[in-house]
Amino acid sequence: MGKARPRAARRPAPRAPAGARGSAARANPNPFEVKVNRQKFQILGRKARHDVGLPGVARARAIRKRTQTLLKEYKDRDKSNVFTDKRFGEYNSNISPEEKMMKRFALEQQRHHEKKSIYNLNEDEELTHYGQSLADIEKHNDIVDSDSDAEERGMLSAELTAAHFGGRGLLHKKTSQQEGEEGGKPKSRKELIEELIAKSKQEKRERQAQREDALELTEKLDQDWKEIQTLLSHKTPKSEKKEKKENPKPDAYDMMVRELGFEMKAQPSNRMKTEEELAKEEQERLRKLETERLRRMLGKEDESVKKPKHMSADDLNDGFVLDKDDRRLLSYKDGKMNVEEDVHEELSRETGSHGNNEEESEDESGDPDSHSDLDSSAESGDPDNHSDLDSSAESGEENKKPQREQGQTPGKRLRSDQNTPKAARAELPYTFAVAPESYEELRSVLSGRSMEEQLLVVERIQKCNHPSLAVGNKEKLEKLFGFLLEYVGDLATSDPPNLKVIDKLVVQLYNLCQLFPESASSSMQFVLRDAMHEMEEMIETKGRAAFPGLDVLIYLKIVGLLFPTSDFRHPVVTPALMCLSQLLTKCPVLSLQDVVKGLFVCCLFLECVALSHRFIPEVINFLLGILYIATPNKQSQGSTLVHPFRALGKNSELLLVSDAEDVATWQRGSLPLRWASGPRAPTATEANHARLSCLAVCLALLRHCTIIYGTLPSFHAVTRPLQALLTQHLTDCSHPHELQELFQSTLAEMENQKQLYRPLLCEKSKPVPLKLFTPRLVKVLEFGRKQGSSKEEQERKRLIHKHKREFKGAVREIRKDNQFLARMQLSEIMERDAERKRRVKQLFNSLATQEGEWKALKRKKFKK
Amino acid sequence: MVMAGSQRAMRKYKVWMRHRYCSCCNRLGELLVHPTFQVKELALGTLMKFVQLEGAHPLEQPKWEGHYLFPRTLFRAVVGGLLSPTDDQSLLLSQFREYLEFDDVRYHTMQAASDAVAQVTNQQPEPPLTFWNNAFALLCAVSLPLQEQDLSSFYVKHAELLDKWKVTHLREHRKVFQTMWLSFLKHKLPVSLYKKVLMVMHDSILPHLAQPTLMIDFLTSACDVGGAISLLALNGLFILIHKHNLEHPDFYRKLYGLLDPSVFHVKYRARFFHLADLFLSSSHLPAYLVAAFAKRLSRLALTAPPEALLMVLPFICNLLRRHPACRVLVHRPQGPELDTDPYDPEEEDPAQSRALDSCLWELQTLQRHYHPEVSKAASVINQALSVPEVSIAPLLELTAYEVFEQDLKKKGPEPVPLEFIPAQGLLGRRDDLCAQFFTLS
Repeated sequence: MGKARPRAARRPAPRAPAGARGSAARANPNPFEVKVNRQKFQILGRKARHDVGLPGVARARAIRKRTQTLLKEYKDRDKSNVFTDKRFGEYNSNISPEEKMMKRFALEQQRHHEKKSIYNLNEDEELTHYGQSLADIEKHNDIVDSDSDAEERGMLSAELTAAHFGGRGLLHKKTSQQEGEEGGKPKSRKELIEELIAKSKQEKRERQAQREDALELTEKLDQDWKEIQTLLSHKTPKSEKKEKKENPKPDAYDMMVRELGFEMKAQPSNRMKTEEELAKEEQERLRKLETERLRRMLGKEDESVKKPKHMSADDLNDGFVLDKDDRRLLSYKDGKMNVEEDVHEELSRETGSHGNNEEESEDESGDPDSHSDLDSSAESGDPDNHSDLDSSAESGEENKKPQREQGQTPGKRLRSDQNTPKAARAELPYTFAVAPESYEELRSVLSGRSMEEQLLVVERIQKCNHPSLAVGNKEKLEKLFGFLLEYVGDLATSDPPNLKVIDKLVVQLYNLCQLFPESASSSMQFVLRDAMHEMEEMIETKGRAAFPGLDVLIYLKIVGLLFPTSDFRHPVVTPALMCLSQLLTKCPVLSLQDVVKGLFVCCLFLECVALSHRFIPEVINFLLGILYIATPNKQSQGSTLVHPFRALGKNSELLLVSDAEDVATWQRGSLPLRWASGPRAPTATEANHARLSCLAVCLALLRHCTIIYGTLPSFHAVTRPLQALLTQHLTDCSHPHELQELFQSTLAEMENQKQLYRPLLCEKSKPVPLKLFTPRLVKVLEFGRKQGSSKEEQERKRLIHKHKREFKGAVREIRKDNQFLARMQLSEIMERDAERKRRVKQLFNSLATQEGEWKALKRKKFKK
Repeated sequence: MVMAGSQRAMRKYKVWMRHRYCSCCNRLGELLVHPTFQVKELALGTLMKFVQLEGAHPLEQPKWEGHYLFPRTLFRAVVGGLLSPTDDQSLLLSQFREYLEFDDVRYHTMQAASDAVAQVTNQQPEPPLTFWNNAFALLCAVSLPLQEQDLSSFYVKHAELLDKWKVTHLREHRKVFQTMWLSFLKHKLPVSLYKKVLMVMHDSILPHLAQPTLMIDFLTSACDVGGAISLLALNGLFILIHKHNLEHPDFYRKLYGLLDPSVFHVKYRARFFHLADLFLSSSHLPAYLVAAFAKRLSRLALTAPPEALLMVLPFICNLLRRHPACRVLVHRPQGPELDTDPYDPEEEDPAQSRALDSCLWELQTLQRHYHPEVSKAASVINQALSVPEVSIAPLLELTAYEVFEQDLKKKGPEPVPLEFIPAQGLLGRRDDLCAQFFTLS
């Protein structure tokens, strides 16, 4: 049994290599030629390559090869002459056989055409047609006309061949018929041929005449057609010109077809969009902006969806940086809006010029509005441009500006046009070609004018220096933003604060900011830094800061208007938030004015997080403090108060109203901002009313906070002190009824915010793989390799080994060659020896025969 | 006879001379409180010169060979002049500081100072603030060497220094130092001085005392004052606990009690959190204690300004890192949903506050803070906390202005985003908060 298994295992082994070896082995299944190298041991992982062989076949192959190579060499060893094939490209395997043939043919032709002698001028190259020399063909009379019909030619040639080469059959029949017609007497062969030639000549002439007739006819037809065409077509000259050329008819036709094909068609223009579509587009755009805003709010760093530039709501691509998608927007907006704007402009101009004609005409040269009017009228006068679509390319520059105005400030324009008294407008210069280079300049321009005039001036400055009009205008307008900001600050600090103008100027600031976001943000940052720096200095010297003037508050408000406040991080808004936070934490509330300012700051803060609902501890603290200073009977609530407020002190009862009469007469209303600005000594009643209003605002803000922070996980922890204070307020019934209700509703809202405390969970992080002792893999088990050395060393050893084997193989081959040669030489020698022996034998034979004959003769003689 | 007569005359002369010398010294001592600083300075210089000379040539014979002599009475007068209850001697004291380099002067100053303080407080039960300031300035100026070395730099030159002299031993110096401070601190000090003393307590008083534990009473009473003073006292107490085996069961409870919303706004914020970090750095603290601190701090963080939040959030995270048992505060896989927070913020004892049953929902709230950095810092707890602690040392002194500057400098890759809703007026739209509650007029 032990023996049987290896045998069984071995059995399929020979078959596999035999199969792999291919057809040679399969063709020779002679079992007697197969030599099996028996394996003594089965070794895993070792490839058995030489377990089976065909020694006989291999030897035969080797011998055959040697006879073909080595033996030949041996036999030719003393011969020096060689056979070389000098045909073109015979030994070049790169050229395909066809090419080779072509080249050879060409070379042959060339050789053929080479002049025999350079002095023989007359020897021209022989022209051929279908391989026949033209000279030869010319000698024949009958030219085979290529124009003639194929069957005719074929017949003729058949006749000819029959005549020339003595063909029998059909021709023979014909001739015999002819013979019959012409008469019974037989003609000689020569006569016959002459007749045939004459006949063929005649036929040829006839055919020629016929063809000329056909040509004439077609020419006539053409002529007629031409006449008709002149009647038909209005494009005569072109076709005539064409017809002058040869082969006119098909060309003219082609021309006609092509002309019809390429004739200018009325190209379809973009459809005017309907109202709904426009609205839809606008909605889509807003939605896109909103998603962008949300992305920034969440602070995602997803840059893949980022657009190249933020497109603002009223950014109509009029700009100086943008160069994408202008065209599309322009083209769809052009038609209606442009016209409207023009009409509008003209109307406004008319109303303006009614007032003062001569000044208008003076200033017209510099007025961009009149420029654009002129341009547009010139466009409409142009007969070539039937639609605005065509003109959009040329007048793009002019179109951009009115569009922007149309899109951005339609309401403002209308309002200013309607409201502005004509007299006032007349006083104003119409151009401000030179934008103010310094703040003083702007101030001097603006000071002493009414609100409407100021607005108009700013608007005109902005228009006259639109970046599309001149090169340096961009910088001028960028500066204008800073100056306007400064002006706004000045207005806010003046007494009384001119807030109405600021209110209107904000729109201008917004427009400028949309135009130049970078410079606007940097000047805003500058203003903020200034305010912060001032406050920081005050904190360092005094340990606390006072609430800043109204200007800083206005600036902070403007930041919120110009920039998106919901962004996770924003280069302007985030510092502004820090500034707001500082205001609420570092500035102690010392007066009613401070309370109003603080409440305004709280408002700003809460507005900034209106969309993102972010948490602001400072606001809660401040509102808590406000509530505290309005609480009548303090009961040890001081510990929860945060910094700027103190539990005890002279300001701890700032908002307390004790006068019952004032309480009764109080009406709820919004706080005027001017309370925040100048020092004013209101009457006691007014002050008390203001206190109650502040308290009302505070409560309203608290309610707002409750709503937006209701979902925070630790909402109750945040509002606990507030709730305590509110209940304390409620127990005290000295408040007016309205306030009392407000208290109640706020408190109820706070208490109603039910929330579940869900235990916190970390996000599952990817489990860190355990540190394992990975086995060090060493190639120990590989058989037959030198181990324990570097890769280079192994490679070197492998090469040495290979060289050795190759060397051995070569030696063996040489030895075998020598053996073969020796064998061959031996066989040669043997052959020679055998031959010599044979010859010697022959000689001996002949000699013996001679001798025998001679002896026989001698004997004969002797006998005789 | 002549000899005797001359001797008598000589003696008379000497007596007279000594009287003159004494009155001169008295006069100079009076000049120490002269309104002009130059006069004071000169008087001090002269007196110190006298001290040196009198030490070298003592007025009376040494009682035995090698008896240590120092003009104590004269020097006491000098110190008494320096500790004037009426004049601010801070400038003069800074002049006097250079004499304190000498070991014998320092030794005798300490003795004289304790006597002077006792004398002044005996005379008037409520000494004025200037006296205390002067005394504190003088006491602060005394600084002992930390290492035992031969105290040989003497102001009064001696032929040889004997080992049996007390003034040559640091141990004796320490004793005197201790009595001086104790005699000073046993009186009721003004609050500002309290703070000052406590500020220098840990590094310039406690290490030099012969028996530091004697300070326990002072420190515990200071600890009970509350506010910044207790905070400062904690530092000294901590050293006593840490180095001198003091058992103070309520230490952490006191520290816990110090945590109120004002810690984020006081001037000592950086110092407080530095100390708190130090106190809580031990990994052997019980988990309930650390949990209570973490929970309390995060509660307080709900009222903190951003610059403080940027410091306290890593602080809390460090606590959790140090004490893996407290990680349930941010990671409680099978916890039940609760209706209320089990943590009791009113409880004064951290052990009873049930902080370990709670979670840090406050940090979750702060993840929605308006400042991006704070939000990021609070979001750390969403992932498993990394092992290495975040060093809060650079964050301790962070001010709002610095945060503001950092925000300004941070530039995003994209251009400045703009508001896409067009502005209509200063107060915004009608439904905006500002427009609701404020009017322009």
